Amino acid sequence: MKAVVIGCGRVGSAVALQLHSEGWQVTAVDEKEEALKRLGSNWPGEFVVGHGMDVDVLRRSGIEDADAAVVSTDGDNTNIVIGQVLQKRYGIGCVVVRLLDPARAEFFAARGLRTVCPTQTAISVLTEAVRTCAIPTAVAD
Amino acid sequence: MYMIVAGGGKVGANVMRSLLRMGHEVTLIEQRRDRFERLEEEFEHQVLLGDATELHVLERAGVARPPDLLLAVTGDDEDNLVICQIARDGYGVEKVIARVNDPRNQDHFDLLGITQTVCATSNLMGLVEHEVPEHDLVHLLELRKENLEIVELQISESSPCAGKRISKLDLPEGARLISVVRDGEAEIAGDDTEIRAGDQVLAILRAGKEDELRSVLLRK
Repeated sequence: MKAVVIGCGRVGSAVALQLHSEGWQVTAVDEKEEALKRLGSNWPGEFVVGHGMDVDVLRRSGIEDADAAVVSTDGDNTNIVIGQVLQKRYGIGCVVVRLLDPARAEFFAARGLRTVCPTQTAISVLTEAVRTCAIPTAVAD
Repeated sequence: MYMIVAGGGKVGANVMRSLLRMGHEVTLIEQRRDRFERLEEEFEHQVLLGDATELHVLERAGVARPPDLLLAVTGDDEDNLVICQIARDGYGVEKVIARVNDPRNQDHFDLLGITQTVCATSNLMGLVEHEVPEHDLVHLLELRKENLEIVELQISESSPCAGKRISKLDLPEGARLISVVRDGEAEIAGDDTEIRAGDQVLAILRAGKEDELRSVLLRK
């Protein structure tokens, strides 16, 4: 199975490494060549330098026969556009897009894009953590 | 009419000015504080500080009314595309127009159904190609209304038509040869006229037939 990870920052690189360790054939794409360092000194997968909006870069990443794609650049709107292009132009069934803005994540999720919003996750987890804290109740007297 | 302009750079500010002069009600959205402050001096309450790709910013600008027209003219293509999608698909804005900064992104706009776009680079390149003709085929005259063009082609040794009579050429439909200039002498092209290397040939053709004509006359 082949996966393309677009945006190789903290999140993208970790996803690439994890998928690779689970037997996926992984290509990572990032605008900056330095991002390769995040994959460790002996990254056995492919690495393509370039912008995910650029169709030549996408082609070089082997997107045409990818089974899955993870889009996690640092720009929400870039991720939204790339995600839709991967779905609609290349027909990739499994496209997952990381978005930081919960409102846009919800908006585009309602329109068929699989979005993951770490901000929303943090909000839920933090709220829940406070809710379940064992705070000693102040005694009125 | 009510309109929203997203992006207050040179393009956005000038569009804003023109729309206001035409008597429209317009809200301009600008993300950068320094730009916003300058724009506010000129447009006062008609400018809003914020990221137009955020739903609550668009809502503050009145996207839910909805506006008759939204123009996304920031310097970022992804932002322009997302703004148009949110306005059209989320709030039913019927007319959205986007600025395309990098012509390579045009396909993405087309794919996602944002059909009304303006790309300054593409427009300029269209004009440049017209002025600086591509080596072997020169546009002499464009009859826009008639959808016809008159072009000049330079025949070389390697041209597949060199040494052939015009009647033997498989010219595309919608193209005719007019004349052949050889050693400074012009001859009206007839069926029996033979084309030779070094000739300049004038042709009239329907717009869009250039490539077909070029392949018959010039390419092997």
